Amino acid sequence: MYLFILKRLFIAIPVIFILATLTFCIMRITPGGPFDKDKAIPPEIKANIEAKYHLDKPPFINTSAFHEKKWADIFTETQYFYYMKGLAQGDLGPSYKYLGRSVTDIIRDSLPVSVELGLYAALLAFLLGVPLGILAAYKHNSWIDNAAMFTAISGITLPSFLVAALLIYIFSIKMAWLPAGLWDGGWEYKILPTIALGLRPVAIIARLMRTSMLDVIQADYVRTARAKGLNEVWVILKHVVKNSLIPVITISGPLIAGIITGSFIIEHVFAIPGIAKHFILAVTNRDYTLIMGVTLVYAVLLIIANILVDVLYALVDPRIKLS
Amino acid sequence: MTDITPKTSTSRSLWQDAWKRLFKNKAAVISLFYIIIIILVALFADVIAPFSYEVQTPQDRLTFPNTTYWMGTDILGRDLFSRVIYGTRMSMSVGIIIAFCSLIVGTCYGSLSGYVGGRLDNLLMRIVDILYTFPSLLLIILIRVIFGPGLFGIFFALTIVEWVSVSRIVRGQILQVKEMAYVEAARAVGVKHSIIIARHILPNILGPIIVTLTFEIPAAILSESFLSFIGLGLQPPFSSWGSLANDGFQAFKSYPYLIFFPGMAIFLTVLAFNLLGDGLRDALDPKLKNA
Repeated sequence: MYLFILKRLFIAIPVIFILATLTFCIMRITPGGPFDKDKAIPPEIKANIEAKYHLDKPPFINTSAFHEKKWADIFTETQYFYYMKGLAQGDLGPSYKYLGRSVTDIIRDSLPVSVELGLYAALLAFLLGVPLGILAAYKHNSWIDNAAMFTAISGITLPSFLVAALLIYIFSIKMAWLPAGLWDGGWEYKILPTIALGLRPVAIIARLMRTSMLDVIQADYVRTARAKGLNEVWVILKHVVKNSLIPVITISGPLIAGIITGSFIIEHVFAIPGIAKHFILAVTNRDYTLIMGVTLVYAVLLIIANILVDVLYALVDPRIKLS
Repeated sequence: MTDITPKTSTSRSLWQDAWKRLFKNKAAVISLFYIIIIILVALFADVIAPFSYEVQTPQDRLTFPNTTYWMGTDILGRDLFSRVIYGTRMSMSVGIIIAFCSLIVGTCYGSLSGYVGGRLDNLLMRIVDILYTFPSLLLIILIRVIFGPGLFGIFFALTIVEWVSVSRIVRGQILQVKEMAYVEAARAVGVKHSIIIARHILPNILGPIIVTLTFEIPAAILSESFLSFIGLGLQPPFSSWGSLANDGFQAFKSYPYLIFFPGMAIFLTVLAFNLLGDGLRDALDPKLKNA
């Protein structure tokens, strides 16, 4: 098990390296530099700023070094090399737009908030989605089943900003029960964003759990368990639910990706000081290092989450071996 | 390949069966009618809309829905109902065009992967797996950075994200169909691979492809609306349901209808496509129905 995790982490390193290179390329083929929008900067000052961030160097191959016959500098005196060197030391570089702040700082401030929100939503999805699916499957074709599945399909098709806006309008403005935005403060700040972000995953898990349980409930070993005279609750929990959970765990990877996508909207609506806000701003500002930094952080998060999913998968389904 | 008459006659009755089953599904039929109406609205937006989408009436700004302005007016005094009608045109064309683009890309990729198999299949599917577990919005935004705020950038970025699920489904179907005796027979006779795929395999997986298309359209509409909602999607003068919701966002706490109506338009349309997709899937594959 430990060997498996170590191995997966080891494979992740080249993946992150390739991803960093790719995002670097994307940022460089994009027209427009980070300091183009700041008007009225004298050319000398602009040159100074660019020199400070190594933006005066060519992106990949330093041809002037080639002409001056400084062979080592051909590849090292480049933007790419400086960036990768920093990255290897855990330094994501300075932000081009937030003066005096490094990308690492910005991410350190905002990432915990986003991760917290994401975890709450994932927790809600699991704790609400699984029981809802079980109930719907157990009461198959009853009104409970129909109501649960109607809720689920609505949860999947409702755009999250509409859910968020409705929640704010009803619970913050009409009822004045819960705050309409921001994050730091008590538990009451976390409720609405968690529901708004978690609704879609709840619906997806509930639907999947129901389908999978309807399959399992017809299996021979369930009939055997019932024939043995086992307690019905025990049959459902031990024999049906445990086996029905496998597909739910399989989609956890895409589900986590979906929660990250959703957090862009939810953080925007609730003005949550998370990482999504910085990413959107960074894109409009062409803050290269910040865009790359956030992308890499997301990639690392996803890789870790997917390793966890694989481990969980093996724990639930002993037929799968980690190797 | 030489005698295709019996094949067409059996397949026609199969499609007729599917139609019959589809029409028994109330939710799917209602959804189909709704979608037809929405497409008509998109086509005849300029006839239906009571006002122009850009004319501003400052004295009527931020009016709540009433008999003149059915969905109220926005912050500049523009009729929201007319803007939602015009937004239908944009959202639907984004949805349909992207669904078709990703269908073509995904079918080609998935066919290649499934048909050739072996190492190439492994490699191609590994790429798909990576794309599949990457947050779509993040990817779309990154691609949008390259192309800037144009229409092309949106189409390109959304297609890159949406084709992935198509290719997975097509590959899975092809893996099943390519083991069939008639494909083996065609190969034995010496039919070219491209013709085997085009004439013997693809027609037999048309059902799942149509179902996928029905699910791709709402997915594209939703993605576009998310992108526009955070301000990285369509730029003026184009406006879709998502960008209308974004316009209404600043004032929605006092004027909730600004976000409610565009949001409901997205919700109902996406719901209709999903219900129709479910209905089509049940109708085209009756074995799944009782699962």
